[in-house]
Amino acid sequence: MESMLSKRIIPCLDVRDGKTTKGIKFSDNVDIGDPVEMARFYYEEGADEIVFYDITASNEKRDIMIDVVRRVAETIFIPFSVGGGIRTIEDMRKVLLAGAEKISVNSAAVRNPEIIARGAEAFGNQCIVLGMDVKHVGKSEKIPSGYEIVINGGRTFMGIDALQWAKEAEKLGAGEICLNSIDADGTCEGYELTLTSLISENVGIPVIASGGAGRPEHLYDVLTKGKADAALIASMVHYGTYSISGIKTCLDESGVKVRKSW
Amino acid sequence: MIAIIKYDAGNLTSVERAVTHLGFKSVVTDDLKKIAGAERIIFPGVGAAGSAMESIRRLGLDKAIKEAFLSGKPVLGICIGTQIIMDYSEENDTSCMGIIRGKVLSFRFDESRKNGTVLKIPHMGWNRITVHRKHFVLSDIKDEDEFYFVHGYYPSPDDKDQLIGTTEYGIRFASVIGYKNIIATQFHPEKSGRPGLSILKNFCVWNPC
Repeated sequence: MESMLSKRIIPCLDVRDGKTTKGIKFSDNVDIGDPVEMARFYYEEGADEIVFYDITASNEKRDIMIDVVRRVAETIFIPFSVGGGIRTIEDMRKVLLAGAEKISVNSAAVRNPEIIARGAEAFGNQCIVLGMDVKHVGKSEKIPSGYEIVINGGRTFMGIDALQWAKEAEKLGAGEICLNSIDADGTCEGYELTLTSLISENVGIPVIASGGAGRPEHLYDVLTKGKADAALIASMVHYGTYSISGIKTCLDESGVKVRKSW
Repeated sequence: MIAIIKYDAGNLTSVERAVTHLGFKSVVTDDLKKIAGAERIIFPGVGAAGSAMESIRRLGLDKAIKEAFLSGKPVLGICIGTQIIMDYSEENDTSCMGIIRGKVLSFRFDESRKNGTVLKIPHMGWNRITVHRKHFVLSDIKDEDEFYFVHGYYPSPDDKDQLIGTTEYGIRFASVIGYKNIIATQFHPEKSGRPGLSILKNFCVWNPC
């Protein structure tokens, strides 16, 4: 067990037009919707990494996110990644130059898998995170794992097997996979453990589990039974129900190796 | 002034931001004169040994860094910067700078499972260091502190007296190397929160004799 890395706890912030869509509710009931201040809060709380998803709809407002990334990079000194709206190598370069550690590609990679290889060549595998949105559809000839890749928030089925896609992305040069279960997402009833362990045990790159976190036990389950290397959390910390340090204490007491000193 | 060596390697700005945050002046540069005139040198980097060395040689930076080292200036290597100060790297079969005797080796896990646990490569995430020799730059580090690593190769100095800190990931490897006025970390102090920043801060005021 000595050789094991600490399991990472990663808060995820959705950002639209430079503002987070869900503010943190602090004990004094003041909502903070500034992604830079939220990042600082989670950094000081012991987050191991932070994920930003830019859900800005219009292209004209994309540069607002670059400014957010730059200010976050001046404020926190842990790795963070940025996803959403990244379609080209040039998009990647902008975000990395602004100070992000990693960029994540999701639907752009489904449409054009080459972007993974080109991004990995240009910036190194460790920079490229493959975001996967996955739905359980049952095993079939076309979808042997029973899990299918979806895009557009789960509305469009792509006819691609999730396990095959994960393996292909690893070959193309993805350095990490952020695996989101559309079925579990938003339920707060726990991560999709079967899917997570299936992917994690069949690729050689780290897997971040996403979707379904509602209680610290859910993180325990996905980091042990689910074989995930990291767990993404959102509303359970954004609304002040749990703190990152509290979640880490629970995990530590249950025997999961986490970073306890920051 | 601290010179942060600029070459074709990713993420040089994060080191600069961290140093600025700590209140020290730095410049990211490949200008040989500026490097020669700097008080101390940080040699960071993310990427592969082959292309890093090619870029370093093309810009004449290998000589500049060696001269800085020989002149007694404090030099800090980070990640790929720590690897290519060695003699040789297995990555891309690369002949390196030879400031520290030894090789850079690839992680190889024969049975990819140890105790039923898959050890993934690269070694990416937070891990601890065991300090073997006291060093001013590490003086604020506590046993339970962790540091952010992302690498598939690790440095292996010939002279074990240069092992300042080691980390375990399948094997025990050199995560901090120190020799005279050079200190080099395999992890990223600029991305390792409070303990990482303490290393950068101590480096910025370190006077090796």
